[in-house]
Amino acid sequence: MNPEDIKVCILRAGGTNCDAETQRAFQELGVQAQTLQISELVKHRNLLDYDVLVFPGGFSYGDYVRSGAIFARHLFAHLGKEMQSFIDKGRPILGICNGFQILVEYGLLPGFEGISPIPEATLTTNEPAGFKCKWVYLKQENQGKCVFTSAIPMGKTIRLPIAHGEGRLLFPKEKEDVLLKRLIDADMLVFRYCTKDGQSADGLYPTNPNGSFHDIAGICNREGNIFGLMPHPERALYWWKQPDWTRHNQMLQYGDGKLIFQSIIDKLTKH
Amino acid sequence: MNPNLLIKRQTNPVIEAQLANATQSQLSEINSELALGLSAEELEVIQAYFKKENRNPTDVELQAIGQAWSEHCCHKTFKGKIKIEGSQTINSLFKTYIAKATNQIKAPWCVSVFEDNAGIVKFDKGQGIAAKVETHNHPSAVEPFGGAATGVGGVIRDILGVWADPIACTDVLGFGPLDYDYNKLPAGIKHPKYVYMGVTAGISTYGNNMGIPTVNGAIYFDESYTGNVTVYCGCVGLLPLSKYAKNAQVGHIIVLAGGKTGRDGIHGVTFASAELTEKSEEIARPAVQIANPIEEEKLKRAIIEIRDRQLGSAITDIGGGGLSSAVGETAERFGCGVKVNLETVPLKYQGLAPWEIYLSESQERMLLTCTPENLENVLAVFAKEDVTATAIGKLISQRRLKLSYNTELVSDLDMELLFNPPQSTKTALIQTPKRTEEPQFPQPTNLTEALIELLGAPNIASKESVIRTYDHEVKGNTLLKPLQGDYAGPNDAAVLKPLDQSLKGLVISCGMNPNYGKIDPYWMAASAIDEAIRNNIAVGGRRIALLDNFTWGNPEKPERLGALVRACEACYDYATLFKTPFISGKDSLYNESPLGPITPTLLITAVGIIPNIEHTTSMDLKKQDNTLYLIGKTYPELGGSEYYKLKGTLGTSVPKVRGGKAKRTFKAITKAIDHGLIKACHDLSEGGLAVAAAEMALASGLGLTLDLQKVPAKDLEQDDFVLFSESNSRFLIEVADADKAEFETLMQGKGCVKIGKVTKEPQLHIKGLNGKIAVDVSVDMLRQSWKKTLNHKETE
Repeated sequence: MNPEDIKVCILRAGGTNCDAETQRAFQELGVQAQTLQISELVKHRNLLDYDVLVFPGGFSYGDYVRSGAIFARHLFAHLGKEMQSFIDKGRPILGICNGFQILVEYGLLPGFEGISPIPEATLTTNEPAGFKCKWVYLKQENQGKCVFTSAIPMGKTIRLPIAHGEGRLLFPKEKEDVLLKRLIDADMLVFRYCTKDGQSADGLYPTNPNGSFHDIAGICNREGNIFGLMPHPERALYWWKQPDWTRHNQMLQYGDGKLIFQSIIDKLTKH
Repeated sequence: MNPNLLIKRQTNPVIEAQLANATQSQLSEINSELALGLSAEELEVIQAYFKKENRNPTDVELQAIGQAWSEHCCHKTFKGKIKIEGSQTINSLFKTYIAKATNQIKAPWCVSVFEDNAGIVKFDKGQGIAAKVETHNHPSAVEPFGGAATGVGGVIRDILGVWADPIACTDVLGFGPLDYDYNKLPAGIKHPKYVYMGVTAGISTYGNNMGIPTVNGAIYFDESYTGNVTVYCGCVGLLPLSKYAKNAQVGHIIVLAGGKTGRDGIHGVTFASAELTEKSEEIARPAVQIANPIEEEKLKRAIIEIRDRQLGSAITDIGGGGLSSAVGETAERFGCGVKVNLETVPLKYQGLAPWEIYLSESQERMLLTCTPENLENVLAVFAKEDVTATAIGKLISQRRLKLSYNTELVSDLDMELLFNPPQSTKTALIQTPKRTEEPQFPQPTNLTEALIELLGAPNIASKESVIRTYDHEVKGNTLLKPLQGDYAGPNDAAVLKPLDQSLKGLVISCGMNPNYGKIDPYWMAASAIDEAIRNNIAVGGRRIALLDNFTWGNPEKPERLGALVRACEACYDYATLFKTPFISGKDSLYNESPLGPITPTLLITAVGIIPNIEHTTSMDLKKQDNTLYLIGKTYPELGGSEYYKLKGTLGTSVPKVRGGKAKRTFKAITKAIDHGLIKACHDLSEGGLAVAAAEMALASGLGLTLDLQKVPAKDLEQDDFVLFSESNSRFLIEVADADKAEFETLMQGKGCVKIGKVTKEPQLHIKGLNGKIAVDVSVDMLRQSWKKTLNHKETE
């Protein structure tokens, strides 16, 4: 598949607000990307025309109940069949911030046993509580299963911004250790918050900005084709997006965010 | 209700006021019974009109007039006559000073000034920048969260109201001291801390949820804001100038789109034009609207699509005054009359009287016009976004405001009456600034401590804990962020790169110096203009447009109005001098509470451009051994300074603006930035030289050695005065060795001196006028003091 043949669907609902920059990131890398309001997809039922499905950030439907829950239920009710075939075909799905919350609420992530009828984890109120917008460091800990991080060597530290109030990943307390082991064993752990030089955050604020369990910032499903993360790669695309670009004489053309989009394009073009 | 004065119609929930033969006291009874907020003189004009029409008015008509003639809608004070005691009469402050400056400057890049919902200037590639700043003080005093959130929502709709896509918000806030004594708080006044938490949460919620980055702002603390919280909400947007449609005509359909209409926000403008009292909460709670940012997000999408497909002929937001302002002003603007069927307005719940439907300030609503042919397409776009939209009427050739309810005519007013309120005349008293003695005190023995204390002063201290709750990255265009350097130093201005195909940046900054106004409102205004411009210049901005936002006390008190006149004079003087036209503005008057009037506060917002974003300059120190220059002369100007405040005094020596010199300095800095000669640039404002130097160091983790003997100062013999004077038009600039020669040549004759060096060791080391150490402190300690005052959670 050539990059220009790849078709990315960026799906939005009322309250989604990071679709334009997400679309721009894919387009910048030479693939076709289209933003669709969910009502259009429900009307035309053409999800399978697309090779990649992306849930961008925002506050879908206001997130007046658990973040992402309304979008996920709406999607399940109106496009459940199409979603099932899209997933059965192993096509990649990316969820950024609110998109990650949607994937968890849908039961697609972590997806230990495939699609779960009830969420297996939650992305809940930050600890300390409150919305926070800042740049963080992330360590890539996936051994190769996740299709959205193939261009990032394992162990590499990258820098992306976060902007959320509900990003603390939690498992049921009593199953925490078992599920973490499964997550690692099945190579579903992808990004963890860390220090600038890649040291573990050890659960400590502010390196871990939201109190997330095991400093988790992003995970994929057991097949590696569905990936969700709280930080925003689309906001770290160009050199001038870096928070410290004025401190450097020379900047690379792109920021670390590009690596996420490049990874999936590489994967699809190699097939 | 007096049944003889106000008679209910049998058919519909409409009341007829028996105006024809009403006495003056009966007129006043009608006025207060219907909460019209009209003056006796205005009531007589209305009475005469209906005598001529040979009938009595309905409550709908009286309410429509009440709204159209309110201070909030027609700016009686700024557009009325002002008799200055012992001097001339000014016919409209607005025309005499603000608009006059813009007209004289005749900037060819101004597209639309003052006439629309927002000012518009040219940007690049056929795109224009729309900018607007609003105040939302009164609602925020009664309900901090809702008041601030709807303030943001309202100004975003102003931007949509010129067909622009909102791309960034700016918010400047004023609160009482957060440690205000609870026992001193009068009934009905909320504690500053409660107001602070609510207002900042309201702003972050609305901007974040709608996905518009809040990139710039400021927070001030002043005793007078305790009773009168100050909330300025600003927004800038982007629009293709070729699609700036404003060609509505007779026969075009009026479409109401967005949220449904309820009783929220009725009489908001009347409330905003009165002083706050103990009863404000009880009376005015319904005047505060309820915010729903997601509704506005959907509305925005639809409007941008309608714009791009050129389906609409005109647009305006529904804000203060509700439908009454939007409908009336649209008809007036296009020289038409209007016919609206009020029963077609979608309601949140049944039971609203026609006048309530017409006045409701329910949020997230916009008014559009389109040709009958385009109506179906317009409604389809809204439907796709899941937004309610309804054709509620049309523009007619007869110049009348015709409103019907269930086929019964409930208003039939001459548009001329509605838009020609009797011009008011107010009296102003210009007081010469109080010439009390300048305080005398010896230089404290330990200036290091004074500096540490100043950095922790609420007006200077880090606002990081608030800034981080605002999403300033969404949309992915924020090039220079509000916090700079590894340690989140305070930025001078925000820079956005809004167009993919262009390297041009948009620069947003602000200036505000309420403390100076306590001494002299003229120099306060001049200083605010200088500060807004120099903040813009510091990061690389130029070709600057200004927005003026006045927050003042009751203008019916002559000395308050006199101060307003003086501030406007400075606006004219310095806007023309700097050739920075005003493109939009707004005033909020009657900010008085049981604790007294507000400190007169002028916010100046500056919107500039930078031709190549690669030259954008930040304020954090970059590299050891680089040289630090001070540009601009330091005068004994500590009146109203943060240093004097620390000493518990105000003083009289308020900073002035020496316009000619300032202009030359600004020009030279712009040139040096374009030549790539400047590594870091920071403006000197609250806390003067010492605080600016400390901020540059604490942002970066590097240190500085400075020598005060090098500072070009006039009549300054104490180290503390040199360090903390707040003279305007000054900058600290870091230059690399290789660029020194070229930089110095460029700066010749601009009062530029080498005052120190950047050091690797994170220590601020300042040599005093006598050659001895004046300040010696670790940057870490400075940073701690700067961060601890308002940062409760941040431990970085």
